[in-house]
Amino acid sequence: MQRIGVFVCHCGSNIAATVDVKKVVEIAAMEPGVVHAEDYQYMCSEAGQAKIAAAIKEKNLTGIVVCSCSPRMHETTFRKAAERAGLNPYMVEIANIREHCSWIHKDIEEATKKAVILARAAIAKVNLNAPLHPGESRVTKRVLVIGGGIAGIQTALDIADAGYEVDIVEKTPSIGGRMSQLDKTFPTLDCSACILTPKMVEAAAHEKITIYTYSEVEKVSGFVGDFTVDIRRKARSVDMDKCTGCGVCQEKCPSKKAPSEFNRGLNTRSAIYTPFAQAIPNVPVIDREHCIKFKTGKCGVCAKVCQAGAIDYDQKDEIITEKYGAIVVATGFDTIKLDKYDEYAYSQSKDVITSLELERIMNAAGPTKGHLERLSDGKAPKEMVFIQCVGSRCSDDRGKSYCSKICCMYTAKHAMLIRDKYPDVNVTVFYIDVRTPGKNFDEFYRRAVEQYGVNYIKGQVGKVIPQPDGKLLVQGVDLLDNRQILKEADMVVLATAIEPDPDVRKIATMLTASIDTNNFLTEAHAKLRPVESPTAGIFLSGVCQGPKDIPETVAQAGAAAVKAIGLLAKDKLLTNPCTAQSDELLCNGCSACANVCPYGAISYEDRLVNDHGIRETRRIAVVNNALCQGCGACTVTCPSGAMDLQGFSNRQIIAEVDAICR
Amino acid sequence: MEKAKKQVEMIKEISGVNPLKCMKCGKCSATCPSFNEMDIKPHQFVSYVVNEDIEALVNSKSLWKCLSCFACVERCPRDVKPGKLIDAARQLVVRQKGQNYLTADEIPELLDPELPQQLLVSAFRRYRR
Amino acid sequence: MKYSYYPGCTLRTKAKQLDTYARASASALGFELEEIENWQCCGGVYPLGSDEIATKLSSVRALSEARDKNQELVTLCSACHHVIKRVNDDMKNVDDIRTRANNYLKLDTPYTGETTVLHYLEVLRDRVGFDTIKEKVVNPLKGKKIGAYYGCLLLRPGKILEFDNPENPQIMEDFIRAIGGTPVIYPYRNECCGGYISLKEKEMSQTMSSKIMDSAEGFGADMLITACPLCLYNLNKSGNGKLPVYYFTELLAEALGVKEEVTE
Repeated sequence: MQRIGVFVCHCGSNIAATVDVKKVVEIAAMEPGVVHAEDYQYMCSEAGQAKIAAAIKEKNLTGIVVCSCSPRMHETTFRKAAERAGLNPYMVEIANIREHCSWIHKDIEEATKKAVILARAAIAKVNLNAPLHPGESRVTKRVLVIGGGIAGIQTALDIADAGYEVDIVEKTPSIGGRMSQLDKTFPTLDCSACILTPKMVEAAAHEKITIYTYSEVEKVSGFVGDFTVDIRRKARSVDMDKCTGCGVCQEKCPSKKAPSEFNRGLNTRSAIYTPFAQAIPNVPVIDREHCIKFKTGKCGVCAKVCQAGAIDYDQKDEIITEKYGAIVVATGFDTIKLDKYDEYAYSQSKDVITSLELERIMNAAGPTKGHLERLSDGKAPKEMVFIQCVGSRCSDDRGKSYCSKICCMYTAKHAMLIRDKYPDVNVTVFYIDVRTPGKNFDEFYRRAVEQYGVNYIKGQVGKVIPQPDGKLLVQGVDLLDNRQILKEADMVVLATAIEPDPDVRKIATMLTASIDTNNFLTEAHAKLRPVESPTAGIFLSGVCQGPKDIPETVAQAGAAAVKAIGLLAKDKLLTNPCTAQSDELLCNGCSACANVCPYGAISYEDRLVNDHGIRETRRIAVVNNALCQGCGACTVTCPSGAMDLQGFSNRQIIAEVDAICR
Repeated sequence: MEKAKKQVEMIKEISGVNPLKCMKCGKCSATCPSFNEMDIKPHQFVSYVVNEDIEALVNSKSLWKCLSCFACVERCPRDVKPGKLIDAARQLVVRQKGQNYLTADEIPELLDPELPQQLLVSAFRRYRR
Repeated sequence: MKYSYYPGCTLRTKAKQLDTYARASASALGFELEEIENWQCCGGVYPLGSDEIATKLSSVRALSEARDKNQELVTLCSACHHVIKRVNDDMKNVDDIRTRANNYLKLDTPYTGETTVLHYLEVLRDRVGFDTIKEKVVNPLKGKKIGAYYGCLLLRPGKILEFDNPENPQIMEDFIRAIGGTPVIYPYRNECCGGYISLKEKEMSQTMSSKIMDSAEGFGADMLITACPLCLYNLNKSGNGKLPVYYFTELLAEALGVKEEVTE
């Protein structure tokens, strides 16, 4: 017979205002097995935990129930408190009378009734609990970072500096990501390349960092501390060891019509190419779709001009398999497609561009060598119009429901840079709200208005109307003046919503990491565990988790690194003891459990069993406790009831249900 | 006051619009081809309903200037449908006895030889009950 | 191929050519328009109020008749198309309207949105195919620069009409190419001509129609085509007269060499 203690938390007024906690104590005290019951204002506080410890010792408790908030919040807290007092931590159960009760109900009587029922269920379960002991698993001291933008680079550098091996897998031919495409950065207006390229070089030179560019994660298996990952290294058609990066091949390549990804398709590149001059590695790849040699079999100019003999048309994709203790996702973002926003004439006029395209136009290495000019006729613009929130904050099915967060600031930056470099160009910004929370951010925006004379108009644009003379008529509204505006512009820039890189879905599936309706990866806890995925050993860095600017991305990248380091610093991990077990006398070896197990933790063996005196060899399911994550899929699938989950046994669940229905 | 509340409910019911979805971006007013003819502008329709100022709305010129061209409906990023809201206000008026905006007596002098039947039918539907 | 056909009020009277050229072209292209018996006027504009039932019934009658004949329902006038397609959507997706409309009509089989509503242009695009039309053209309209005028009724709301991209449509331009002309794309092609406002507010439709004509002329159009009698009227009456306006079916009949067969 258990000796159970029940501890009811007020959570200040969070619980006590809606639930009569005294009454819960009173009724719980009469439940079978309960020898102690008390309430306290904050059970999670040091004083509260001391009360639990004291009761365990004084009353020789064998199990406890804490009626408080969600176990996601404080189960670990109370388990540790119980363990310190000499109790097996798995003898602790939480009755969630906050999220499941006080927060969602108004009527005190009803809420109290429900709290009592929840307490009863937990008590019924503890009555059947048995002490459990976690096993141990090893930790591979190596981290995989998926994505080589600023988020991935920073995470990798921080982990490597702590002394651990890191591999970066980047799908494009160079690391650098979106930040490498930016011209200047807010709010300091320093050159993006000037602050990024040293970090790229540092990552490439770091003895603990291995960079796989032009590569993609193909398969992931295993679990926290012990992941096995297949990485596809796409055929570069260039030998990385031989290539000197001289660039002659790119110069001589006769196929120069491929749209440049780096310049957002605003100009073209050769079929053999590095995305940009500071690319790392400085080794080109052959784009086989555009290469004449690959298309027709004739050409081979690059091979002829390569002094190093590095060109290798026969190179094949290669799969490498590596083990990792932790994986950091840093897959970044892209801008949304604008095919559902044709009222802004993006597809009809070359002079309607996205903000990211403007970055390339403003950049000295861009398609116009940094000159601000119209892409239609190369003329210098006199009137520029910026339209904010294109595809952001939309509740229809055309756009994204969220605020893309970075647009207000980069538009202020663009406006300011243009007014600074071309004082005769007028700049108008149509905005819904200017959102500038951040250090020195609002000051930055005000500078655009006050020092640079950027004309901010509160109101959205309805339509961009191309004119026969090549100008663009912008039909908008000034809500503060209550008038419709027709403004002639030479160029229109759309602050296009950002979205997670489309490949993230595939990667999240491989990692069994959860993802929200907008394809952003979900955090383990929105406030308290913002850089961890709910899947153990998976960490989040940068925009893959939600829109953010560079300073925030770098901060989060560091946080993700710390979490990964914290994991790798351990020699062993304690495994979850709540794993499945099969009862050899009930199992009929039907394979149903193995078919549903998402972790590949179930195998079969032929075993000699003694079934009430009958000795025979049977095919029996066997669970590998190191792989089992305790999800319970097998237990509900097993037709003979042979599979049972420790800590959540069928008997325990039924006892809970019985207590609720009593 | 009671009357206004009732009218608000009717407008919401007839239009099927939830005015609280509006984020006041003004794209409807930026889009509207009749903007300059309207005294209450498309982006303001929502506020008049929310503030229960239906008297002003049903007496506004805007009711008869809206073309029902659905440009605001198509482009609204919040799916508010200002065009449906103003039509509901129009319905409140024309559904009352003697409140038609177009009478049969007026027709003869508005006619011309090319005028298509479609125009008369459409105007009758929008302007009267 | 036989389709149920809903001509609508104006195609019997002021816009006869829109109808007759369409029928002549249909037989040249090998499909037949079988007029719905006893059709009633659609009302010209879609009744927006979610509580309006009676004003939607004439559309439901036409829709159910086509359903009973197991035919797709073809419309030609933009307004009829707009109204009937939207009512069809209501009958398919809005429980309240479907129930109440059926209670009124007491049809042998209740109507629940089974009929496919096609605009004549959609028949050309999705059933006949513009490539087939191109093959059957005998008088290609070579050198003619034609601006398609869509107006509002064919395109919006895009989600319900599903006719074409409401902000950047292609169907009429593809049609113009098929009959050998050169389409002129101009930004006001999907802006409203003023619609019914021209009855009482002539100046408003003048401003709007003139903007449309200016824009089309500015981009080099020699003429405009439309599918809507009211658009044609407004553009001709209220526009600045810079460009002639034709029904698209007239140009189709001309290209197919059947224009002469049609006598008023």
